[in-house]
Amino acid sequence: MQKALVSIAVAASLGLGATAAQAAILDDVKAKGYVQCGVTGGVAGFSAPDSSNVWTGIEVDYCRALAAAIFNDADAVRFTSLTSQERFTALSAGEVDVLSRTTTWTMSRDTQLGISFVGTMFYDGQGFMVREEDGIESALDLSGAAICIESGTTTELNAADYFATNGMEFNTVVFVDQDEVVKAYEDGRCDVYTTDSSALASERSKFADPDAHIILPEIISKEPLGPSVRSGDTQWFNIARWTYFALLEAEELGVSSANVDEQLGSDNPAIKRLLGVEGEFGAPLGLDNAWAYQIIKLVGNYAETYERNVGPDTPIGLERGLNALWSDGGIQYAPPIR
Amino acid sequence: MTTLDTGPQTAPRANFFNDPVIRGIIYQVVVAALIVSFILWIIGNTAANLAAQNKTTGFDFLWRTAGFDISFSLIPWSRASYYYEAFMVGLLNTLLVAVVGIFFATVLGFTIGIARLSTNFIISSLATIYIEVIRNIPLLLQLFFWYFAVLKSMPAVRNSFELPFDSFINQRGIMIPRPIPDEQFNFVWLGLALAVIGVIVLRHWAKKRLEATGKRFPVFLTSLVILFGVTSLVFWVSGASVAFELPVLERFNFRGGLQLPPEFIALAFGLIIYTAAFIAETVRGGIQSVNHGQTEAASSLGLQDGDRLRLVVVPQAMRVIVPPLTSQYLNLTKNSSLGAAIGYPELVNVFAGTSLNQTGRAIECIAIVMTVYLCFSLLTSAIMNWYNGRVKLVER
Repeated sequence: MQKALVSIAVAASLGLGATAAQAAILDDVKAKGYVQCGVTGGVAGFSAPDSSNVWTGIEVDYCRALAAAIFNDADAVRFTSLTSQERFTALSAGEVDVLSRTTTWTMSRDTQLGISFVGTMFYDGQGFMVREEDGIESALDLSGAAICIESGTTTELNAADYFATNGMEFNTVVFVDQDEVVKAYEDGRCDVYTTDSSALASERSKFADPDAHIILPEIISKEPLGPSVRSGDTQWFNIARWTYFALLEAEELGVSSANVDEQLGSDNPAIKRLLGVEGEFGAPLGLDNAWAYQIIKLVGNYAETYERNVGPDTPIGLERGLNALWSDGGIQYAPPIR
Repeated sequence: MTTLDTGPQTAPRANFFNDPVIRGIIYQVVVAALIVSFILWIIGNTAANLAAQNKTTGFDFLWRTAGFDISFSLIPWSRASYYYEAFMVGLLNTLLVAVVGIFFATVLGFTIGIARLSTNFIISSLATIYIEVIRNIPLLLQLFFWYFAVLKSMPAVRNSFELPFDSFINQRGIMIPRPIPDEQFNFVWLGLALAVIGVIVLRHWAKKRLEATGKRFPVFLTSLVILFGVTSLVFWVSGASVAFELPVLERFNFRGGLQLPPEFIALAFGLIIYTAAFIAETVRGGIQSVNHGQTEAASSLGLQDGDRLRLVVVPQAMRVIVPPLTSQYLNLTKNSSLGAAIGYPELVNVFAGTSLNQTGRAIECIAIVMTVYLCFSLLTSAIMNWYNGRVKLVER
């Protein structure tokens, strides 16, 4: 009896002690030896396991870049597949260190959920997919349609807004898991499948007969998709944010995984600073000075991850569009490293 | 020589700490204090962590506009409704599927349970196969199976299967005309209420007469005549009428009428089939627990077949059946939360899913949902315990 009491007391005091010290996420990650990254269960091109069960996609590459910056090892990542319902709880509860999962940056999420968005990895917008045989040409023809949606998303709210604004009737069928959404649409439960237009393209590429489905021209919302981290740890936030900027900066400076070693000898001071040859930009993040070099060497620059995962040469086939660099007519823009 | 100690006997002086009574009290106080401080610490720790993450908390979100759509609701719903209304929609949808599920699972379960005891080899083995197959497959898988089987087996909207009375079946569910009673119809409800009271009085009287004179009275048939006769008489005399709103095919789907979505059909079906298998086993156990001698004794008293079951066997079986039956009712209610997986907008889907996600108030939403299920369960238990109290063996 007394022994039991003592152990309860010890456990309680240990618990109290643990809260007193707020551990930094970077220290935790280094102690674990890997980054725990929250991703979708499978949106081809963004994050999905391939046939040999290796995760690939533009959002997966971001997690790999983070691991490369910290560990100089792009494989020091473990992936947690999260539904859109689970994602924020998992992030704020510390089950994942970073959430890189087709998540739209909104004000309420940024200010009320205890999470901070790092940047916009992918500028997207919500679209509608319908069966070609229905002969629909515009989203404005959709009054009375049944719409399949993933639960707890901005998509769900945008659709309600759009139909209310245009005075149209609608009927949503909401599922927790994206797989069920797509299956219900395929089985004919719904006339329309709506989500971010990039994900529509991704899902359509997986259909048995992609040509039987068309994506309507209307884009009804802004969907800036980006990674997010828990609020309250500035150092970790900066690492996450500058990992993303380093990918963009490398593309802008013409540094890629193919030429990064040559570029170490470059005379361009901006490249020297990026690759850690000149200046001291690693220590303030708690990383090696070669952190960005490691990202580019192991993962590549933004253009490389884009082309390899969602670009025109992939089954997803998305043009760069808004996601081109500012210097190429897009709006992807990184603050200078200096 | 012996001396006799005649002084007052006192208990050996014990250390106050070694007194078992005082010790017990001390232990209890210490444990209680530890538990209380542990709970306080959890609350404080949660609050501190939420504050450190700059996370807003509180129940104020319930009075904010929800902004999303819900496919199936028993009360009016639009995107401009509030979160507390979303909660009500989820709650009512859960209650609906639970009540429908419990009713049909009980009927089916009793039927299968009795079938399993049948002397007919085919009937009893079919019941056995049903029970063993259904009981051993996880409910979630069964729900997916039923949902996609239901969807697959139903025709597309434009090829809807037509039923009599302007009803239709298609992939969007079952559509039937919605009755719209006029004001006179209130008299019919009143008539129905009076008829029910009349039936109760009749039953009471018939029982009294049976006990006094031994003469039987056909209560069931007479009740049917009273219920049907009084109601239709009032309907005819008051001149009440019922209009019907018919489901009409529009561009995408039928509009108007009463619509039962396939999500509801699949969930209710899955829950009924699954729970009935467990109820059947409970019923079998209950009936088998009644000694065969009881049946023989009842026969030797000259009781008729029906009375033997109704008055001797079933009351004794019910004592064994009711407690596990209560658990099955609770399970069915709680399992209805799996409806979220197949898109049925019940409490977990609407409130612990969409609302939680749109507001980010995880702790608040989950706390509310847990409280609701706790209340459901306690309420079901209370009702079943009351019933159990009535059917249990009365010892005199």
